[in-house]
Amino acid sequence: MNKKWVGASIKRKEDPAFLKGEGQYLDDIHMLGMLHAAFTRSPHAHAKILSIDKSKAMAVPGVKAVFLYRDLPDIVRQQTLPLLVPHPSIIKTKLPYALVNEEACYVGEPIACVVAENRYIAEDAAQLVEVEYVVLDVANDCLDALESSTHCAHLDMSNNIAAKFQINVGDTDAVFKTAPQVISERFFQHRGGPFFMECRGAIASYDKGADAYTLHVSSQGSHRIKRCMLELFDLSDDQLRVVAPDVGGGFGPKGSYYPEYANVAVAAKVLGCAVKWIEDRRENFLTTHQERDQYWDVELAVNQDAKILGLRGRLVHDNGAYVPWGIVVPWISATTVPGPYVIENFKLDVFSMYTNKIQVTSVRGAGRPQAVFAMERLMDRVAQTLGMDPAEVRRRNFIQPEQMPYNVGIIFRDGRPVTYDSGDYPACQAAALARADYLGFKARQAKAREAGKYLGLGMANAVEATGLGPYEGATVKISTTGKITVYTGAVPQGQSHKTTLAQVAADALNADPKDIQVITGDTALIGLGIGTFAARTAVTAGSSVHLAATDVAQKIKAYGAAMLSCAPEQVSINDGYVVLNSDPQQKKSFREIAVRSVGMPGFSMANGLAPGLETTSYFTPDRSTYSNGTHVVELEVDIHTGSVEILRYTVAHDCGKLINPMVVDGQIVGGIAHGIGNALLEQMVFDDQAQPVSTNFGEYLLPLSTNMPKVDMVHLETPSPLNPLGVKGAGEGGTIPAIAAIISAVENALSPFDVRISHTPISPQDLVELLGEHALGETTL
Amino acid sequence: MSDKRNITVTVNGNTYEREVDTRTTLVDFLRHDLELTGTHVGCEHGVCGACTVLVDGKSVRSCLMLAVQADEQSILTVEGLALGGQLNILQQCFQDHHSLQCGFCTSGMLMTLTEFLRDHPEPTEQEVQEVLTGNLCRCTGYLPIISATLDAARKMREGSI
Repeated sequence: MNKKWVGASIKRKEDPAFLKGEGQYLDDIHMLGMLHAAFTRSPHAHAKILSIDKSKAMAVPGVKAVFLYRDLPDIVRQQTLPLLVPHPSIIKTKLPYALVNEEACYVGEPIACVVAENRYIAEDAAQLVEVEYVVLDVANDCLDALESSTHCAHLDMSNNIAAKFQINVGDTDAVFKTAPQVISERFFQHRGGPFFMECRGAIASYDKGADAYTLHVSSQGSHRIKRCMLELFDLSDDQLRVVAPDVGGGFGPKGSYYPEYANVAVAAKVLGCAVKWIEDRRENFLTTHQERDQYWDVELAVNQDAKILGLRGRLVHDNGAYVPWGIVVPWISATTVPGPYVIENFKLDVFSMYTNKIQVTSVRGAGRPQAVFAMERLMDRVAQTLGMDPAEVRRRNFIQPEQMPYNVGIIFRDGRPVTYDSGDYPACQAAALARADYLGFKARQAKAREAGKYLGLGMANAVEATGLGPYEGATVKISTTGKITVYTGAVPQGQSHKTTLAQVAADALNADPKDIQVITGDTALIGLGIGTFAARTAVTAGSSVHLAATDVAQKIKAYGAAMLSCAPEQVSINDGYVVLNSDPQQKKSFREIAVRSVGMPGFSMANGLAPGLETTSYFTPDRSTYSNGTHVVELEVDIHTGSVEILRYTVAHDCGKLINPMVVDGQIVGGIAHGIGNALLEQMVFDDQAQPVSTNFGEYLLPLSTNMPKVDMVHLETPSPLNPLGVKGAGEGGTIPAIAAIISAVENALSPFDVRISHTPISPQDLVELLGEHALGETTL
Repeated sequence: MSDKRNITVTVNGNTYEREVDTRTTLVDFLRHDLELTGTHVGCEHGVCGACTVLVDGKSVRSCLMLAVQADEQSILTVEGLALGGQLNILQQCFQDHHSLQCGFCTSGMLMTLTEFLRDHPEPTEQEVQEVLTGNLCRCTGYLPIISATLDAARKMREGSI
C-alpha cells in the first residue's frame, strides 16, 4: 500500500449516515420510559424572587415533578456551577446556581424545572409555575456599566467590574509624547451568537444499583462536562459517564457547562428514569452563551514612513451576568491585537464588565475578530492619514519570516509568552493581493464609478493562536477482530475528525482510512479529554493519534515477528497484515496477531511482550502554534439602499500542513460566512431593560446562500515546528479577519463621501444614515 | 387537555395508522411516533428549513404542519431518498462536494433540492442560490451545496438521456 493519506482530500467517512438520515443526534435518542423537562425562566433581566407557587403546574395531568432551587440536593444547592478558567485578575467571581435562588440576573435564567410525560405537557406546565418578582434596575450596556450607570448587575456588588488587567510592553506613553502622528478612534463591535442548527440538549439517566449517572449531551467536550458534573455533584470518576453523540454544530458555546444539565441529572435520580431536555430556538436565543459587545478606545502612534511606534488604549468587554470561562475572551482579544505587525510599545487596559445579559463565552474566533478589527481599521486610518497605499502600510510593519520564532512580549491565555512559531506574513499578503488582482482594482473601481457604481476593496491580516493545550488524547487499538479503532475525547461538530484522524492513523499503520473507526466524545472509552474548540484538534488529538498509532504499529510488528519467528526489523505492515519482507507470502493477519496478543489463560506472554495491541497517548503541546491569513474583499455598495454585494473574496491562509485540504477549505468558507454575518447581518438586540428583542431567525439574520460570494483560496503551508505532524488549527481562521476586511471594503467603496465606519455589524440602514444626503441621490460624484 | 384523532399516512412508501394528539406537529409525529429521526428540528418557527419534507410532492416545513393535517397524504422524508441503501445522485454529489459538515441541516437541504431538481432539471446557479435561501446552514457557507446541486442536475440529465 504505502500510500500517504495525510494531505489527501479523501471523502468524509461521516457523510453516508448523515445523508441517509441515520445520524444520531441528541434528540434522536429514545430511552424506555423517558420523561421530558422544560424550564420556567425569568422574564426579567434582573429581579428578586419573593415567592414561587408550583401547585398549578403540579396539577397538570402528566406532570411528574417540578423542581425549584429549594428542591435540589444539598450538594447542588450549596455551590454554583464551576469556574472553568480561574484567573487572578478576576475581582469578583459571579456564577449561577443550577436554578435561581433569590436573584435572577438575565432574561431566561432557569427558575423551575418541570418534568412530564412529554415535552408538550412539560412546556404547558412550565408556564403555570407562578413566580412573584420585584423587578430590579439593570446593568445593560457594558460601557455605561463602567462609566456612568449606578445600576449593578448583582445586588451584592457596588460596581460592575468583573475583572481588570493591563497588557504592557515597552514604554508606550513615552513613545506617544514624541510621536509625529497619532491616530485615535473608538470602535464598537457586536458579535452575536453561535446559532448552531441543532439546539442544545441533554439526557440524564441514573443507575440505582451502581449509584452512577449517564449523561448524553450535545456538547463540544464530554470530558469537560463530566469534570463540571463531578464537582457539582461531588461524584467519583466511576459514577458518571458522559457521551456526546453526533453534534449539530457548536462554534464555541456548546463547550460550556449549563444549568439544565445539572437539572436533568437531579430529576433522573429522583424520578428513577431517563429525563431529556431539548432547548427550543427561543431558549437558544435567550440562554445559550453568546459573544457580544466590546468598546475599544485606541490610539496608534506612527512615524511619517507609516512605521508603528506604539499602540495604547482601553478595551471594555461585556461578559454578561456571570463569568463561567473567567476572562478568556477579553484576554484573547487583548493578546491578538499586534497580529502580524511589529509593535514594540503596547499598552491596553482591559475591563470585563458584568451586565444583566446571558454570559459571553467564546464564539468562533473567540475575541480575535474584534482585536483584528481594531488593529486593521487603524492600519487603514494610517493609510488615509498619510495618503499611502493600505497594503504598503501593512507591508512596512510586518514581522519578517527570518524573525521567527517571534516573541511578541505578551502572555497568552495558556500562560505562555505569545511566541509565533512560524509563518511568512509578507508572502501571505502578497499571495492574496496577487490572486485578488489588487493592482487592477483601481481601474475596476474607476470604471464602475463612471457607471454610477461604488466598488470598494478592503483587506485584513490576522495571526491566530491555535492548538491550545493542555492536551487531547487518543487511544489506538487493534481489537481481536483485527479492526483498528481510534478513541478520542475530541468531539466533532462538523470538523470531520472521523475522517482526518483516520487519515493520520492510516499513515502510521499503513492501512486504508475506511478500515479505521474513530469514536469520539465518550468518557467511558478514554480516561482524559478536553474537547473540540479553539482550533485545537488537528494539533492535539492529531498528534496523539500519530504517536499512539506509531506505537501500536511497533507492537503489532513485534508480535507478528515473534509469530513469524523473525526480528521486528524483518517485517512490515501492509493492509491489515504483518508481512515478512523477504517472503511476502509469509504473513499474519491483524486478527491473528491481536488474538495472540491478549494471551491465553495460564500461559506466559511470549518474548516479554506487553499484552494487547493498544496505546494511549496524550500529546501535550509546549505552547500554541500560530496560523495566519490575509483576506481581500471586493464589493459593491448601493448608495441608495445601503445594500452590500460582495463580488470577489480572496483568502491566503497558512495553517501549516494540511491533513485533508477539502476539509480545510470547508472550514475556511464556513468561517467566512460567519464573518459576513458578523460584519453585515447578525445583531442580538436588547431593549433598555436588557430584554432580548431579536429572539428568532426572522429578527436575527443569519447569512443565506445569496449572501455568499465565490471564495478564491491560496494555501501556504509553513509547517509548525511544535508538533510531529507540522499542523496548525484551521477552524476559526475563516472568520477572524473577515469582518475587518469587509468593513474596510465598504468604507473604501464610499471613500468619495468620506464615510468612516467604526462599528460592526453595519446594516443597510446604518450605511444610508452615514451617507446622509448622498443616499438620496441629491449629490453624486 | 388532549384531543386525539386517528390518522393514516404513507411515509416513504409505508403506510402507518396512528392515534395522535391534534396538537402534535408533523415533525414530532415523524420523529417520535414513527421513529424516523432523519428529519430534524432546527427552529420550530418555520425559518431554518431543517425539518423540510415533501407532502404529496410539495416541500413543507414539518414544524409548521400538524400531523392531523397530513392524514391520507403521502410523505417523503430523507430516509426515503437512498435507493437500496445506496446514496442517490444528489446525496452522492453532497458527499463529493463536501456539502455538509455537522450534517444537521442536510436532510432539509436534500428535501428542498429534491423538489427543486424535479421541477428545474436545468437550473442556473442563481436559481439554486435562491431556492436555498429557505434553508439555513451555519457550517458550510452554502457554496459546496450550490456546486453539488449543479453537479447533481448535470448528472441527472445525463442519466436520463
